[in-house]
Amino acid sequence: MEELRVLVPNGMLGYGFPLEDFERGIKRQPHGIVVDAGSTDSGPQKLALGEMTCPESAYYRELATMIPAAKEAGIPLIISSAGGDGTNEHVDLFVEMAEQIANEQELSLQVAKIYSDIPKNQIDSALQSDKITEMQNVPQLTQEEVEQATVVTAQMGAEPYLALLEANNQPDVIIGGRTYDPAPTAALGMYYGFDPALAWHMGKIIECGAICCVPAEKTVLGTLRQDHFLIEPMSPHSKAMPHTVAAHTMYEKSSAFNLPGPGGTLNLENCEFKAENDRVTRVSGSRFIKDENYTVKLEGAKVVGYRSITVMGVRDPILIDQVDEALAYVREQTKKELPEEYAQSQIIFHPYGKNATMKNLESLADEVGHEMCVIAEVASPTQEMAQLVVNRIRTTLLHYGYPGRVATSGNIGMPFTPLEIPLGKVCQFNVYHLLQIEDPIKQFPATVQEVGK
Amino acid sequence: MTQLRDYARVIRSKNSGPFELTFDILFDNLEDYEHFVASKVLTKESFAKLYQIKVSDIITFEYVKPARGIKITIPRPWSQGSVGESDMHGSQQYANLLTLEIPEK
Repeated sequence: MEELRVLVPNGMLGYGFPLEDFERGIKRQPHGIVVDAGSTDSGPQKLALGEMTCPESAYYRELATMIPAAKEAGIPLIISSAGGDGTNEHVDLFVEMAEQIANEQELSLQVAKIYSDIPKNQIDSALQSDKITEMQNVPQLTQEEVEQATVVTAQMGAEPYLALLEANNQPDVIIGGRTYDPAPTAALGMYYGFDPALAWHMGKIIECGAICCVPAEKTVLGTLRQDHFLIEPMSPHSKAMPHTVAAHTMYEKSSAFNLPGPGGTLNLENCEFKAENDRVTRVSGSRFIKDENYTVKLEGAKVVGYRSITVMGVRDPILIDQVDEALAYVREQTKKELPEEYAQSQIIFHPYGKNATMKNLESLADEVGHEMCVIAEVASPTQEMAQLVVNRIRTTLLHYGYPGRVATSGNIGMPFTPLEIPLGKVCQFNVYHLLQIEDPIKQFPATVQEVGK
Repeated sequence: MTQLRDYARVIRSKNSGPFELTFDILFDNLEDYEHFVASKVLTKESFAKLYQIKVSDIITFEYVKPARGIKITIPRPWSQGSVGESDMHGSQQYANLLTLEIPEK
């Protein structure tokens, strides 16, 4: 095969895409459609609570377009990190959606699914045999933390996808659990015999759709050849330019030159980004350096309590001048009046107008606005307790007779009811570690089923 | 003197995973990029000072010529999305960089 064309309708399943760009891409006769659905960006609560990144209807709508298009073209559709977190539960839900679509549109489909949940007893024994290392800036993993995590997934590499593509009866649709984003494209590249390094690098760029183009769009076509690959947006108004594609290689990554993933590191030090024409960029020179031991990244999150907030506006300059002292007083009073609850709670003030967003990274720490919004955040073992503590914080600041006060009717402006707002469970990433595994295929169990007519 | 906000094309910050913050500064053309690099306005030391962290905390400090840009990665000062979070995506942490003074060419 001379070239492999991979169509990515959008960088994140569920975020939408222009139908005309997708159709333009299908007309280019791609050899596969790949869409990633995963992210940790919206925080730990989705993984900890089993929530998905987008509403089910958003996923359904897009799958209902892509599945028949892929089936008609006779090419595989690969969805990775189902639901965002890629848990087995969400993989199953995506397979159910595929079945429903097959029934509705009278299609007969081979649907494969790959699980990525890691049994906790495997993690425990890996801990005991030193096969787990923490990522930089992450605390060492303990058995207790593993237990507290709702579910632990691992980011699979290309191997489980490659095994399915190589199967006698190649599936029409592959629904993958938690996956390193470029892996499905890398698997397609390897399946058709292309340089794995170029396939990994192309996957890294196109997994975000046409974000690497100007203006940033949704749908992108990656064309992989023997010694280079091409990036082309499917919107005719958008361009992939060498420096924008190169810049995208940096996006959300620790390094622009070394991108570690399952099984090895993509090294881009000798890469060249050149204009193929005014809207297509050619990339070459990528290298893939295999690890001696195969590792995958574990992800887990736990529930740490319940959170309540109160939102308070401050306009009085006399109070703004001493807001740090006033908040310290409120904290001290709360501790005195509710010692047991205080001991079990975390209280964080977000003083918007004074370093709330950047905290200790702020360089303009002493420049304060003429008005402020102070949000008090309280996390406690129960919602009731969080409500109690945040109520005490609000009422204490409301009536505090701070030095120099001239107004005695109330110190804060309150925009919302309820005045104390319960936010429900609060979560935290507590597993973000590398696990050494023996077999990158067997670790992620795959099954194929026939759905539809 | 020009400020970086008027000199660079892109100045951004973002999570790189839940435990790191990464900063990208990208320029319109190679000439602007090279002038910025040569000016040494932004070094590991000046970045650490601006963000009030230790030089040894900086995980990555890379000049990325093909992208006409500079990449800097540091540990996330607080774990993403946990109690006290103020910037879930880390996307507002670049603000200190906007007013860096660039010498004239």
